[in-house]
Order: sequence, then C-alpha cells, then structure tokens
Amino acid sequence: MREMLPWREPVPLDGTMGEPRARGRFGEYGGRYAPESLVEACREVDEAFREAWADPGFRGALARLLAVHAGRPTPLTPARRLSEALGVQLYLKREDLTHTGSHKINNVLGQALLATRMGRRRLIAETGAGQHGVATATAAALLGLEATVFMGERDIERQALNVFRMRMLGAEVVPVTTGSRTLKDATSEAMRHWVGASGDSHYCIGSVVGPDPYPWMVREFQRIIGDEARGQCAAELRTGVPDYVVACVGGGSNAAGTFAGFADTPARLVGVEAEGGAGAARGRLGVLHGCRSLFLQDGDGQITQAHSIAAGLDYPGVGPEHAHLRDLGRARYVTVTDDEAVGAAVRLARTEGIVPALESAHALAWVIRAAGGGDLSAGSTVLMTLSGRGDKDVSTLKELL
Amino acid sequence: MTNPTLAAGAVERHLRARRDTGRGLLMPYVTGGITPGWTDYLRAFAAAGADAIEVGLPFSDPTLDGVTIQQASETALARGASTRRILADLSGMPDLGVPLVASTYYNLVLHDGPEAFCAALRRAGVGGLIVPDLPVHEADELTDVAAAAGIELVLLATPATPQPRLAEISCRSRGFVYAVSLMGTTGERAALAASAAELTERIRRVTDRPVLLGFGISTPDQAREARRHADGVVVGAAVMRRVLDGAGPDELRAFLATLRQALDQECDRPR
Ligand SMILES: Cc1ncc(COP(=O)(O)O)c(C=O)c1O
Repeated sequence: MREMLPWREPVPLDGTMGEPRARGRFGEYGGRYAPESLVEACREVDEAFREAWADPGFRGALARLLAVHAGRPTPLTPARRLSEALGVQLYLKREDLTHTGSHKINNVLGQALLATRMGRRRLIAETGAGQHGVATATAAALLGLEATVFMGERDIERQALNVFRMRMLGAEVVPVTTGSRTLKDATSEAMRHWVGASGDSHYCIGSVVGPDPYPWMVREFQRIIGDEARGQCAAELRTGVPDYVVACVGGGSNAAGTFAGFADTPARLVGVEAEGGAGAARGRLGVLHGCRSLFLQDGDGQITQAHSIAAGLDYPGVGPEHAHLRDLGRARYVTVTDDEAVGAAVRLARTEGIVPALESAHALAWVIRAAGGGDLSAGSTVLMTLSGRGDKDVSTLKELL
Repeated sequence: MTNPTLAAGAVERHLRARRDTGRGLLMPYVTGGITPGWTDYLRAFAAAGADAIEVGLPFSDPTLDGVTIQQASETALARGASTRRILADLSGMPDLGVPLVASTYYNLVLHDGPEAFCAALRRAGVGGLIVPDLPVHEADELTDVAAAAGIELVLLATPATPQPRLAEISCRSRGFVYAVSLMGTTGERAALAASAAELTERIRRVTDRPVLLGFGISTPDQAREARRHADGVVVGAAVMRRVLDGAGPDELRAFLATLRQALDQECDRPR
C-alpha cells in the first residue's frame, strides 16, 4: 500500500459531492443507460426527487421518520481499547444501531416516502445481504406499501435469517436462479421486473448504482451519515475533522453518504472493497444496470462474478461517483481479503463488544492493517462507518470460527 | 426534400424496397454461437424468406431479456462464444442476400470501443446494430461512429415513450424503427399486446421509415395481427426456445415458413 499516489489536496472543485453534472454525470461516469422502456420511469423519479428534496415538508417528514422509526441520530463511539492497541484514535459511526441494523434504512425511508408521494403502491428491490431487503420490507409495512424483493438463491442460503425477517414483514421474496445467483443477478432480475411494473411500482435501488437519478438520490438519502458524523467529530475531536474517513464499498452507498459529509474538508477518504469484488480498485470502464462506471470484466467484455464472504460486497461494480472520486484522486480504494475481514470482526467483538456485519468488518480490517503497517501514522484520527450489525452473519461465522 | 431512399443505408434500402412490394417483413433472431454449426440457422432463415436476420452477441447480464434469451446467452457463453468468434464465423459465410443486424448490450460495444466495434461488425458483413440499453439520449457517442463505419444504428421505441421523444427516436434511428410491443422483457406471449397498435400508429405519425414490431411475437396469428399495424415483425424467443429444445435448421426453416405465409396473406392494412 506504500506505493500509492500522494493524496490529492486541496479538494478539486468537482470532488465536493454536489449535484451531478448534466445528464447525471460524475466526470465521465453515471448517465441513464436504461432500456427505452424505463427511461420515462427514470425521468419521473428524477422529477419527483428534485421536487421533494427542495420541499421542506418532505424533508421534515423524512427527518421525523428517521428519528422516531429508525432511531437517528446514531452515536459516534470512540473505540477505546482498539484505538490503544492500534496507536490511532478510532471513532465508529454506529449505523449498526439503526432500526433494522444497517444504514440501508436511511435510503429506503427516503425512497419509500418518495414512492407514496408519486402515488406508487409497491416497492421493488434487489438485495444481497438481505439488509436492503429487510429495510425495504420494513418501510413498506410502515407506509402501507407492498414489497417484492429479488434475492439470489445463493444469498438466500447464506442469509436465511434475513429472508425470514422479510417474509415476516409481509414482503414477497423472489429467488433468482440465474448467473452467479447473487446480488448482480438479483439486480438484473429486479430491473426486468420493473420494466413491466413501472406504472404502479417504484424500484427502490439499494445502493449508489443504477440509472440517473439513483446514484445521486441514494447518496443524498445517505448523506445523513456524513452530516451527523461531521457535527459529532466537530464536537468530540480536538482536530474537529478526522484525518481519515473510512467505509466499506459494495455499490458504495454507506461510503458515499459518509464521504459526502467530509468531501470539502482535508480528510482523506478511503473506500474498502472486498478482494473478490473490487470494482473501484480493479474494474474497467463499462455499462451495467443503467450506469457507466467501473466493472470487473473478462477479456471479452463479459461481467465476471464477484466473490466475497460478505454478501453485500459481492458485486462486480461500483457506483459512478466512486469511479469519479477515484479518478480525481479525492478518494482512495483499497481491498481486504475474507480472512482479514473475519479477523477484524472477531477483534472488534472482543475489544469493543460490538459484532459488526462482515461488510463493515472490511473497513475495520483496512484500519487494522494500515495502522500496523505504518500507513496510518501514529496518533491519526480515524472515522470509520460501521455500516451494520453482525447478527445476519452469525451462521457464516459459526462455520468458520 | 431529400429522397429518404437515397439517404438511407443498405439495410433500410433493402427493407424499404421489400416493403414497397407489399410484403410483410420478417426478421428472425438467433443467438450467435448457440451451437457449433449455428450459422446454418442463418441459411435456413434466409431460405424461409427472412428479410433481415438479427444476430445476438451474447452478454453475461442481458437485463432486457426474458428467460429464453437469457438461457440462450448463457448456453452460448458457456460454449465459449464471444463477439470476436461470432464475427469470425460470420466473415466465413457467403453472402445470404439478406442484411444482418447485430444486437447486443452496450458494455460489449464499450469494451472494444465504439470505433473498433463498428469496424469489426462491418468487416464481418453486418449492416445494422441494435443496443437495447443505449437509449437515444446516450447514443451520441455511437451514432456518428456507426454511421461512418456504415453501420445502421437501430433505435427502440416503447409504449411508454412520450410523443416528442418518439419523433426524435424515429428521426435518429437508422435501418428501421424497432417498436417494442409491450412493457416487458423479450419472451413468448399468448397474444399480441394491445399496446402494439397504439405504439405503431404513433410512430407512423412521425416517420415513414420501416417499423418492425418485436417482443412477444411467437405465432403466425400474432404475426398476421402485427402486420395489420406494422411493416413487419421480429421473432426472437419463439425461435430460440425451439433451438434450445434441440430443433435444427430444417425445423426452424419450417417454423419460419409458417410466419412467412401468415405475413404474405392479404390483409386489411390501416394505411
Ligand atoms: C451492512 C452492510 N454494509 C455495507 C453494504 C454494502 O453496500 P453499500 O456499499 O451500498 O453501502 C451492505 C449491503 O448489503 C450491508 O448490508
């Protein structure tokens, strides 16, 4: 990791994570590469979101739902024992403490409220780890909507607890049996379904991917993570702003929401991908699921299957804004292995009494490695988003430990 | 006014000429590389009276395709099919006298780069290109490059497309306008969608380019019905289901002949 390029400072204007440029572009990435059948539906979502986001009534209603239903704001927890061992000051933004147990609820409450405003009666979603599916099922129940969740057969096996939760919440879970039977294929199937259902259903995408306006809209709904953390850091940290801001990256929504709160500061932004799903670190320019971004591909241009112990990071691409932040040098993308993530999960459990989601454990694994290897200088302040809790991964961990 | 026939490319000229004889146009689809001798299907299609042939370049994530073409894509890829190999197979074929139109997802175009991709199509004798996940507002990157390489970029129109956009699509499409008959993915359906008639009527209001209806058309009756509204039909999943079930070129030729016959029957066309 030492040979990495120097950090790009000051922040380039274009990297402050504002509104995308015309036609949903983040640099050369993004756009609306949707089949013609969905272009009108995307336009409707775009128009509705712009109106809603400028409407204090909508913002107020969402803020209230986030407070009374999801339990926001979430705390900033100093990881005291682990910090001492690592020689850095580590703070955890506790998205694991939200209702449903991950940051996914922030985005879903926003989109579900938008769907009701648009007169839709049903939510369609894809899910990998099941966290986005559970959040969607929860928001649907709360707002009186129906929910249909597409999930790869392989993920249904490894995240059985979440499948049960979704069904208990009244959602229909549709197994996807094509391709790698994970998140990529669940997303394809949800899009196919949306083509025939756009009249009465809203496609509630779970990360900062998909056709414009989704990458931007989902980041805006997730920016509450970064905005809250910014204020909490200002109050708690001697330096006001942390030296490093770290989050795991599947599609990239918890990272985008976290980064958005710090993009205009000197904080160094680090996105941590799974070794086997490193779209930002190893992807090539391509178009998938409605946007132009970086994707893992073979020599013929076929999308390759991702492999990660964390179902939520098992995606061969990354959101377009991350691709852009990478090109700008504003954020850096690194990878960790399954073993490192499992080790980090155990370490957090034993030093801080927190069992993290395996996705979030990836972010921690990088912090541990970088502190040990000297990439994080002694005494650095590090803000890490703990995107979710580990209950869903207990059966996976049980087999390994 | 410029003469549209003179301005048109070879695929469009061919389709216009056939249409002007009163013939209903038939464009069957085959997934490239689906079987070892897959180009025999092309010969069979031509012999059955196809007016153009669509050759799918399989992609790992065909997000606008239903189960049949998904399966066909997976099968072809598992056999080692790739853009390069499929185009090499086409290059080795004698001219069938029927224009070839490639169809694929945009990732495969970007992978080679639009220029190299279109040049390779041209070298393989392909005249047109359909990219279902490249809507008109994102197509700038490809339109001029395709035109310069002599590739006619066909755009799709759907029942959800508003009228002003439909006019833009019809104007910028080359070869023909691909009318997506219904709001859904490719795949066989029990009946022609009701939305097909309204869509083709709306397209006709803004262009005299050939209009082919596709998605779901699976039987001679449906082809006959489609012919009442459009200049012709695209038949994909109904062909590929038979291929996946093991039907050889002769059986496909017989099946397409029934569609050909249906399209040739006199019908009371609205215009
Ligand atoms: C707990 C948790 N963290 C992270 C992710 C990855 O998603 P993203 O990169 O969009 O935050 C997931 C996805 O399922 C998740 O459940």
